Amino acid sequence: MQALLEIIQAIDWAEIGTASLDTLIMLGASLLFTALAGLPLGVLLFLTGPRQLLRQPAVYGALSFAVNVLRSLPFIILLILMIPITVKITGTSLGVAGAIPPLVVATTPFFARLVETALREVDRGIVEAMLAAGASTRQVVLWALLPEALPGIIAAMTVTAITLVAYTAMSGVIGGGGLGDLAVRFGYQRFRTDVMVVTVMLLLILVQLLQMAGDRLVHHFSRK
Amino acid sequence: MIHLQAVGKVYRAGNRDIHALRDVNLSIAAGEIFGIVGHSGAGKSTLIRLLNRLESPSSGRIEIAGEDVTALDDAGLRRLRQRVGMIFQHFNLLGSRTVAQNVAMPLRIAGVRDKAKIAARVAELLDLVGLADQGDKYPSQLSGGQKQRVGIARALANEPKLLLCDEATSALDPQTTRSVLDLLLQINERLGLTIALITHEMDVVRAICDHVAVLDGGVIVEQGPVTEVFLHPKHATTRRFVQEAERLDADEEHDDFAHVGGRIVRLSFVGEQVYAPLLASVAREHGVDFSILFGRVERIKRTPCGQLTLALDGATGAVDAALEQLTARGVHVETLRDAAPAHEGGH
Repeated sequence: MQALLEIIQAIDWAEIGTASLDTLIMLGASLLFTALAGLPLGVLLFLTGPRQLLRQPAVYGALSFAVNVLRSLPFIILLILMIPITVKITGTSLGVAGAIPPLVVATTPFFARLVETALREVDRGIVEAMLAAGASTRQVVLWALLPEALPGIIAAMTVTAITLVAYTAMSGVIGGGGLGDLAVRFGYQRFRTDVMVVTVMLLLILVQLLQMAGDRLVHHFSRK
Repeated sequence: MIHLQAVGKVYRAGNRDIHALRDVNLSIAAGEIFGIVGHSGAGKSTLIRLLNRLESPSSGRIEIAGEDVTALDDAGLRRLRQRVGMIFQHFNLLGSRTVAQNVAMPLRIAGVRDKAKIAARVAELLDLVGLADQGDKYPSQLSGGQKQRVGIARALANEPKLLLCDEATSALDPQTTRSVLDLLLQINERLGLTIALITHEMDVVRAICDHVAVLDGGVIVEQGPVTEVFLHPKHATTRRFVQEAERLDADEEHDDFAHVGGRIVRLSFVGEQVYAPLLASVAREHGVDFSILFGRVERIKRTPCGQLTLALDGATGAVDAALEQLTARGVHVETLRDAAPAHEGGH
């Protein structure tokens, strides 16, 4: 008991608090921008795909290739490659602000692919019924495809959010801060096993909470 | 209402051309129920999708209510589709929306913004299809028959003059099929709606259609009034469909009746004459004996129809006279075999 108290007192909780907040900010902001960019990209990938509404093989090929390039790039490399662009966008390549652009660029193609897959799961008959009623492509997307694919899109958001948690840990390389960074700098480099354990546990709780929230939302919006 | 002239549809599969439809000519009159029957792969699904241009023909001309639909641009096409309802085998309802929201969808698509107006129209439509109190349910809470009723309500939302039915009852059990067909018949008569339907079940055609076209390998092999096609099928495919629908045994129907003497004829009755004691009185009058070898009596849509295969025995002149009199009374007479086969016992 005494030993445990000593361990708890030895940890700099203020630092852990700051790191937790940094992680949440990086996660929240990146998730927001990823959704804003990835959803339209996913819809575009779906619509221009083979046998779909807009069928544009050239556009689909180009988008698909770009997505694959970004997805095959290891995040740590992307983080470094992005530095000049990040500076242009946020004014700095360091800290939480410097971490957000590379995080968004890394997860947007991933999320877009998941959105494309979720849209493909929608019964083609539903699209046909909308077209037969005289709907425009915009109406088909907004009134049928997205509402029908909503559970799938929420599941995609959940997976993307959890991937983001893992990526934020790497942003320590550019001084990104956050729990992952703390685990590496204190826990690993300074042999502070206690800090390591606490940060990893906090990350675990975060991932669990994200998954549970995602599952609940999916269940709520499923009508099957 | 609808005219198809020399319509063809060719798909390109790899480097091969597949002719889904060839030289299709048909006319559908306003207010009638027109059935297109065929096996899967016969091209009926393509054919019905040409009528609202979900598919475009490779050749030929399609006219609906005097308008050449092959010439329409995107906006024109959307306006056409808003005036043509369609229902589907698998209902194709939006699972994420309530019944009422599904039925309201075509109204929203057509640009109706007035919420009260939409609600009133949806209530009216749900009442029409017998689902007045189900508006707040989700499609997953309904039975197959109820889902199709929602589909019908949705298809009628913009008061179309034409309803397309794509195998609308094929996913339903026989009893539910019957009630959905009755509903279609009812709206056809009450709203003066023209209905074009495709099906692989001749039973559907018999129950509600006025005219039928039989599609085989992308070609219309036979078309005409349903009673005519049912009683006197000409093409082999049509005969098979009729046999299936009537649950006839092909062997029995085409038995040469070698063991039966006399002349063998097939009589077809249409309409009220089915119930008149015609046969017995004519036979009595001419001193002809008959035995019934095979027979069926049924209703095609609302018309009673009967077909009897008889062996007639009597003096040659008497048999001829009896048949002439039947023909004069409107009975269709076919002679299947002139006289008794040349077989004598004991050879």
